[in-house]
Amino acid sequence: MSTVASTATGDRTRSVELIALATGVADRARPGEEVEVYAARGIETDIRAYQGAIESLTSATSAGVGIRLVADHRLGFAWAGSLEPEVVAEALSEARDNAGFATPDEHVRLASPDGVIASPVDLWDEGLASVPTSAKAELALATETRARTVDGRIRQVDHADYGDAMIEMAVVSTTGIHVSTRRSSAYLSVGVIAGDEGASQTGSGFSVSRGFEGLDVERASDEAASRAVRLVGAGKGPTIRTTVVFDRRVASTLLSVISTALSGESVAKGRSFFAGRIGELVGDPAITLVDDPTDHRAYGAATYDAEGLACRRNVLVDHGVLRGFLFDTISGSRSGVSSTGSAVRGGFSGTPSPGCRALTLAPGGEGYDEAGVLSAVGEGLFVQSITGVHSGVNPISGDCSVGAEGLMVRGGVLAEPVREFTVASTLQRMLRSMVAIGADVEWLPGIAAGQTLAVADMQVSGT
Amino acid sequence: MIDTPVLERVLAAALRHGGDFAEVFAEDRSTSSALLDDGRVEELASGRERGAGIRVVSGETTGFAHTADLSEPGLLQAAEAASAVARSGSGATVVTAGPLVAPSGTRGPVRGAEATGIGSKADVLGVLRRADEAARGSGDAVTQVQAGCGSSVRRVLVVNSEGLLAEDSQIRTRFSVSCVATGDAGMQTGFESAARTMGFELFDEVSVEELAGLAARRALAKLSARPAPSGELPVVLAGGSGGILFHEACGHGLEADHIVKDASVYVGKVGQQVASPLVTLIDDGTVGSEWGTFGVNDEGRPAGRNVLIDHGVLTDYLWDFLRARKDGRASSGNGRRQSYQHLPMVRMTNTFLLPGEEDPDEVVAQTPQGVYVAKLGGGQVNTTTGDFVFGTTEAYLIENGRITAPLRDANLIGNGPEVLKRIDAVGTDFAMTPGTCGKDGQSVPVGCGQATMRLFGITIGGTAA
Repeated sequence: MSTVASTATGDRTRSVELIALATGVADRARPGEEVEVYAARGIETDIRAYQGAIESLTSATSAGVGIRLVADHRLGFAWAGSLEPEVVAEALSEARDNAGFATPDEHVRLASPDGVIASPVDLWDEGLASVPTSAKAELALATETRARTVDGRIRQVDHADYGDAMIEMAVVSTTGIHVSTRRSSAYLSVGVIAGDEGASQTGSGFSVSRGFEGLDVERASDEAASRAVRLVGAGKGPTIRTTVVFDRRVASTLLSVISTALSGESVAKGRSFFAGRIGELVGDPAITLVDDPTDHRAYGAATYDAEGLACRRNVLVDHGVLRGFLFDTISGSRSGVSSTGSAVRGGFSGTPSPGCRALTLAPGGEGYDEAGVLSAVGEGLFVQSITGVHSGVNPISGDCSVGAEGLMVRGGVLAEPVREFTVASTLQRMLRSMVAIGADVEWLPGIAAGQTLAVADMQVSGT
Repeated sequence: MIDTPVLERVLAAALRHGGDFAEVFAEDRSTSSALLDDGRVEELASGRERGAGIRVVSGETTGFAHTADLSEPGLLQAAEAASAVARSGSGATVVTAGPLVAPSGTRGPVRGAEATGIGSKADVLGVLRRADEAARGSGDAVTQVQAGCGSSVRRVLVVNSEGLLAEDSQIRTRFSVSCVATGDAGMQTGFESAARTMGFELFDEVSVEELAGLAARRALAKLSARPAPSGELPVVLAGGSGGILFHEACGHGLEADHIVKDASVYVGKVGQQVASPLVTLIDDGTVGSEWGTFGVNDEGRPAGRNVLIDHGVLTDYLWDFLRARKDGRASSGNGRRQSYQHLPMVRMTNTFLLPGEEDPDEVVAQTPQGVYVAKLGGGQVNTTTGDFVFGTTEAYLIENGRITAPLRDANLIGNGPEVLKRIDAVGTDFAMTPGTCGKDGQSVPVGCGQATMRLFGITIGGTAA
């Protein structure tokens, strides 16, 4: 108990430290300059188990700062993987120098408080800090053992990992932003190999939680095992045009790709197939697409965005009609609107840009889970996992072609496994051809929820 | 970066609780990038990162900790954290770190970052403006251009309990241009890049205008493209980016970390015919200034040249320190890591197919029907099943031995060992292409290369029936 209390005090102290550090840097802005300081620090543990032993154990702390400086409508950026004063001072001076080279642009500005009150989401599990490393290692070992033994057809556990992170961040600017947040996360991730040599299949499973207690060994290992085992004996897929049912994880990946076309920056720069289509029907009328980071169940839930504005619910597609895009401050200004509180950034070494955090489709009818969708579809192909998203899905043209593995759907249920085939269409056509949306919403790691989706008229290419 | 007596004390501390190997990897990296987008210089960014990763190996277990604090107390704290696995381990041998000695040939800045430079900010912007102008000048339908240039100077220092002390200094420069073209049927994209292990003199070797024009022409050509076919067809891959096929079809599967875990289709196949006799595949971290080239790898070993497949026969896998040690052999020099915050693992460097004897034009001419892939964008593989994909960013139909209509982008899918046997022609026009290889959350620069070659059949993932 005393350990927990002292850790809590320590955490408060650190948050104050981060804000103080960021404020100290912002205070060094010269007349005519606006400065934004994003500071972050974190502690993480990563443990990999293999064949009943710990293969590797990583413990690490990291900290850094990203500084944006605007002068004469010109932006400069610099970052440093350290919070040491002289390193941070050097970053500020680099940001200042960099600004001098940018093209003046009236839309370039930093965020200012916009009056939207934050809906705080609790993303912190205090208990995680006091879990001993040995307990974390035991969980990794238990996951590895369970995955190896849960089904006789599992021949190898490729990886069984435990990981956690406790991260704090602060954003302070001369334009009035002054926020800090923290988040903790823990996960188990496991990959297994099933079947005989020469006919092996793989499956992966995971469990994620804000803290240690929420992790589920059985769920992670059993999911990996069942996904690998059901593909054993798969032959090459057929070449047919059919309805494809996407597993929840795959659907989440596809939604994430579609979301890049909903970025206000992509739209303003003519890099989105949604550009100029506000108010038009862009998909099946059953599609209502919302990004809501204030939903605490979402993995990407957040109180503030990467510029320190309150996160908020944004409706992007309503009953098939395109209603809005996501903006940060600069892309909003360029489009004549305000930020939607949607700035995201890849840590202190990246600059903000608009993006989704918690995208989800309004769920289909009651009881419309995977089995329900399969039953409704009747004949088609169920896709369990996809590859080549980066090389085959283009959110500008909309062309979409991915490698896949899965099972045939016959008589409304899963039938024989198939592999080494592609599924292809365009993202635009897929939105119009979405014939079933699952009610089985699952908040997966990433920026979009998973739910079973069925898309008609897809080209499957195999033998 | 760190004084030798300090390093010796840190290694000793890392082994204080036991363990049979300890290593300190220190890194100091400065990066700078510039982006011209939508006709404006939008962002110049500078970054600085330095720190050390310390690993302690005790039996089958590796302990790892990293710190951004390169002072002696900071390093000792990380050594203590990394040594926790040895403390909890049972009965591992205790090794005492000896004095550090630099083997001849590995000491000193091997790539010579100090001898060159990353170019002034003004010079870099000049390059980007030229690229923007060239791309926009390629056609009225070019509606958007993004040009970027990034460079990094990375100094690394590696010491270990076997007495090794090695340093390297690596400078890299990457230029890229992305174009959007807009037509009646929507938008299409084109991309091209150049990346080398060198400084700003990269731009003495490549023509920015040519690269930008190529990216623009790719986008423009696809405006009138038809959907790519589906099903299995012969495919001719142009020299350069076609090397991605080998990176995915067998490169990853030959990495020893997958081999020792029985997670590769190439397990137990050394000495066997795994590919067409036309295939001689090399991984070589020493080639000129290619993107995957370095002097000393991230475990302090010199870059090496390794023959992986010789006339179709599998000759060896790729090894890092840990997997080689387990197998009782020498590392092949393929231990690499993204940064001091990561453990090294087995990675490719520059992986390429040696050229053959066919006239590249004849290879096309002798293909009655099929697909000609002028440029690939990337790929992905499942090493356990061998199934892999790779995506086209510029492709055309081949009809009656002639390159005809442009095709929209698509992935191709195949199984490594099967596809390697289907190579029936290799040309003389060898070229390399740079890429970023991602594995287990870590990205490293790599090169791929080959000459024009033909697969007599592979599945194309288009939307045409």
